[in-house]
Amino acid sequence: MQLLILGANSDAAGAVAAKFAATEKAGLYLASRDLDRLRNRAQDLAIRHQVNAEAIFFDATDYTSHQAFYQSLNPKPDGVVLAFGYLGDQELAQRDFAEAERIVAANFLGALSVLEVIAADFERRGHGFIVAFSSVAGERGRQSNYIYGAAKGALTVYLSGLRNRLHRRDVRVITVLPGFIRTKMTEQLNLPARLMAEPSEVAEDVYRAFRSGKDIVYTKWFWKWIMLVIKSIPEKVFKMLKL
Amino acid sequence: MKLSGWGRYPWIEAAGVSFETPEELAGYLKTSAAGIVHGLGRSYGDSALNEHVIFSRRFNKIIHFDDATGVVTAESGVTLAEIIATFLPRGWFLKVTPGTKFITLGGAIASDVHGKNHHQAGCFSECVLYFDLMLPGGNVVRCSRDQNRDLFLATCGGMGLTGVVLAAAFRLQPVKSAYIRETVIRCRNLHEVIDLFEENKSIDYSVAWIDCLARGDKMGRSVLMLGEHAKTGRKTPPPRPSLSIPMNLPGFCLNQYSVSWFNHFYYHRQPEFVSGRLVHLDPFFYPLDKINQWNRMYGRHGFTQYQFVLPKAAGRDGLRAILSRISAAGLGSFLAVLKLLGPKNENLLSFPLEGYTLALDFKIQPRLFPFLDKLDRIVLDHGGRLYLAKDVRMSEQTFKQGYPKWTELHRLRRSLNLITKFNSLQSKRLGV
Ligand SMILES: Cc1cc2nc3c(=O)[nH]c(=O)nc-3n(C[C@H](O)[C@H](O)[C@H](O)COP(=O)(O)OP(=O)(O)OC[C@H]3O[C@@H](n4cnc5c(N)ncnc54)[C@H](O)[C@@H]3O)c2cc1C
Ligand SMILES: NC(=O)c1ccc[n+]([C@@H]2O[C@H](COP(=O)([O-])OP(=O)(O)OC[C@H]3O[C@@H](n4cnc5c(N)ncnc54)[C@H](OP(=O)(O)O)[C@@H]3O)[C@@H](O)[C@H]2O)c1
Repeated sequence: MQLLILGANSDAAGAVAAKFAATEKAGLYLASRDLDRLRNRAQDLAIRHQVNAEAIFFDATDYTSHQAFYQSLNPKPDGVVLAFGYLGDQELAQRDFAEAERIVAANFLGALSVLEVIAADFERRGHGFIVAFSSVAGERGRQSNYIYGAAKGALTVYLSGLRNRLHRRDVRVITVLPGFIRTKMTEQLNLPARLMAEPSEVAEDVYRAFRSGKDIVYTKWFWKWIMLVIKSIPEKVFKMLKL
Repeated sequence: MKLSGWGRYPWIEAAGVSFETPEELAGYLKTSAAGIVHGLGRSYGDSALNEHVIFSRRFNKIIHFDDATGVVTAESGVTLAEIIATFLPRGWFLKVTPGTKFITLGGAIASDVHGKNHHQAGCFSECVLYFDLMLPGGNVVRCSRDQNRDLFLATCGGMGLTGVVLAAAFRLQPVKSAYIRETVIRCRNLHEVIDLFEENKSIDYSVAWIDCLARGDKMGRSVLMLGEHAKTGRKTPPPRPSLSIPMNLPGFCLNQYSVSWFNHFYYHRQPEFVSGRLVHLDPFFYPLDKINQWNRMYGRHGFTQYQFVLPKAAGRDGLRAILSRISAAGLGSFLAVLKLLGPKNENLLSFPLEGYTLALDFKIQPRLFPFLDKLDRIVLDHGGRLYLAKDVRMSEQTFKQGYPKWTELHRLRRSLNLITKFNSLQSKRLGV
C-alpha cells in the first residue's frame, strides 16, 4: 500500500502514518510545508517500520500547485490521509478578515482543491480511499470558535457529498471527527484531561474505521454521544449558552 | 496543568511547553523563566518538577541506526519501549536498562540509570557515545568523553541541571533471542543472599526481592533472581501491558499486615530453587510495566521510593542496621529490591558506588519523613548516599555529604549561567 499524508507535520497525522506503516507496511508520501521537520519524520518512520517514506513539499492553500503536485507522485497512492488544518484565532478573525480567510482556506478550500484532483484520479481508476480530518467543532457553531467550526462544517458536508459521488466507483471516504487531541494545536489551551485523546488513540480509531468500513468516525468514541446531546439542544436555549 | 512524578507526591501547578525541533526550543529558552525538562515523569520525586516544564515527548525521532555496530542516534524524547519495539526483532537490545521501559532516552542519561547488570556493565552512560546539549542561550554543544568532557560528566546523572539533552548516540548489544535464562534461588537471610550475589558475579543480571518485615534470623530473607540472555529462541516483540489500576486505591489497603501477608505469600510461592527456566525479557526486566499506573495503588497521598547505596565494606552491617529499623517501625514496604553494584564512574552525580543498593517503597504518611531522616543518618555514617531519581525529601546536607562532587556541578552551573534557566524543585531543595 502507498499512502499520501497531506499535512504530515500534524501530530495526529504522524500517528496515523506510523499505524499504517506498522500494520500495513505502507509506503509513505509525507506532504506538508515545513520540509525539515518532514524529513526527520520520514527518516524516523523509515527506520522504525522499515518502509519507504518520502518528504514532499505541499501547501494546501497554493491551489494552483495541486495538479502538478499530484502529477509528480509516482506510483500514485492507494489512499490519502488529509490532516492539515489551522485552528486560528477566533477573536482576531472577527476583527480581521485576513485571519478568517486563512482559517477557511486552510481547513476547507485547500481540502476541496486537492481532493478534487485526487478524487478524479481515484474515480477513474475505481480504486483508493480518502481519510479526512474534520472536527466536532463543525457540528454546531459556538461563539468561541465558529469561524473554524464553519470551515470544518463545510468540510464535513463536502466529504459527505464526495462519498456519495465516489461510492459507485468503490472509493471510500472516511470522515474523522476528533474532539480534543493532545497535539501542538491544543497544547496551550486548557482542556479537560478526561476528554483528551492521545494521537496514538486517534490513529487506532482511524485504522479500525478503515478496516471495518465505517464512513464517519468520532474519536474518542464518546464524542458521538456528547455531540448528539449538543446538537439536540434547541437553538432558543443554545444561543443563551456560553460555549 | 497539574503535574507530579511517579510517586504522585508532590503535585504542582505547572505551565508546560513541548518542542519538536531545537530551533523551537531555543526560541522558548530565550524568553522563558527557569524550568526543567520533563520526560516521561518516571522519576519518583520532584526532579522533573517546576512551575515551568519543558516536555520532551514530541522530540522523539530516531535519526539513524547502524546495523553493523548497533549504534542508534535518536532524539531524547524517544522511549526505551520504542527502542526495544523497533530493534529487538532485529536482534538488538539495550546494554543497560532500568526496571521500567517507559522512560525517555533523556531521562536515562540525566539519571544515568543502572540495571540488574550494573556490576558488569555500569550505568547507562557507558553505552552513550555522545549527545548534543542545549545551553541557556540556545547554543548547542556536542558532549562526549573527548569533547566537552566536563559537560559530559556533569550531564550524565546531572538531573537536567546542565541544559537540555537533544540527540544522543548510544550503543545496543546484540542478542540471539528475546528470552532470558533465569535462575531463582530462595535465600533464608541477608548473609545467604549477599554470599550468593558475590558467588554469582559472573552472571550478567542479578537482583533480589527482599522481605523487609522479616526479623531475627530470618532478617533479609529474599528471592534472588539471576539471568543471562538465552542463546536461542525467537526475537518476538514484547507483549502489551494488560492490567491497569483505574483509580487511587484507598490508602488503608496497604498497611503492615497486608504487606507482611503479601511478602509471606510471595516468598513461599517461589520454589526453593529453579535453574535455567526461559522467560521473555519483558517480564524479566519490567515486571511492573504489566500493570498500568500501578503507582495509584498507594492511595491519594502518594508514595516515595527510598533507595540508598552502601559501600561494600560497610554493606552487611549497614543493611542489618537499616532493615532492623524498618521492620521495627512497621511502616511497610511492598517492594524492596536489593542489588549488588559495581565500581562507581567519574560522573559528578551518578548514584552507584561499589556495594549494595536497597530500594523500598513507602506510602506517604506523617510518620514517614522523620523516620527516613533517621535512616539517612545511618546511610551517611556508612559512607553511602541516596538516589536522586527516587528522592523527594532528603536534606541539602544529606545530599552534599553523599555527593561531594556537587561543588564541581555548582561551579559549572554558575559559569554557564545554567542556574538562571534550569532548576527543579529538587535542585532548589538541595541547593545546587
Ligand atoms: C517502576 C520503575 C522502575 C525503575 N527502575 C529503575 C532502575 O532499575 N534503575 C534506575 O536507575 N532507575 C529506575 N527507575 C527510575 C527511572 O529510570 C528514572 O527516574 C528515569 O530518569 C526516568 O526517566 P523519565 O524519562 O521518566 O524522566 P523524568 O522522570 O521525566 O525526568 C527525570 C530527570 O531527567 C531529566 N531529563 C529528562 N529528559 C531530559 C533531557 N532531554 N535533557 C535533560 N534532562 C532531562 C529531568 O529533568 C529529571 O531531572 C525506575 C522507575 C520506575 C517508575
Ligand atoms: N488537535 C485537536 O484537538 C483537533 C480537534 C479536532 C480536529 N482536529 C483536526 O485534526 C487535524 C490534525 O490536527 P493536529 O492537532 O494533529 O494538527 P497540528 O499538529 O496542529 O498540525 C497541523 C498541521 O497542518 C499543517 N498545515 C496547516 N496549514 C497548512 C497548509 N496551508 N498547507 C499544508 N499544511 C498545512 C501544518 O503543517 P506544517 O507544519 O508543515 O506547516 C501543521 O503541522 C487538523 O485538521 C485539525 O483541524 C484537531
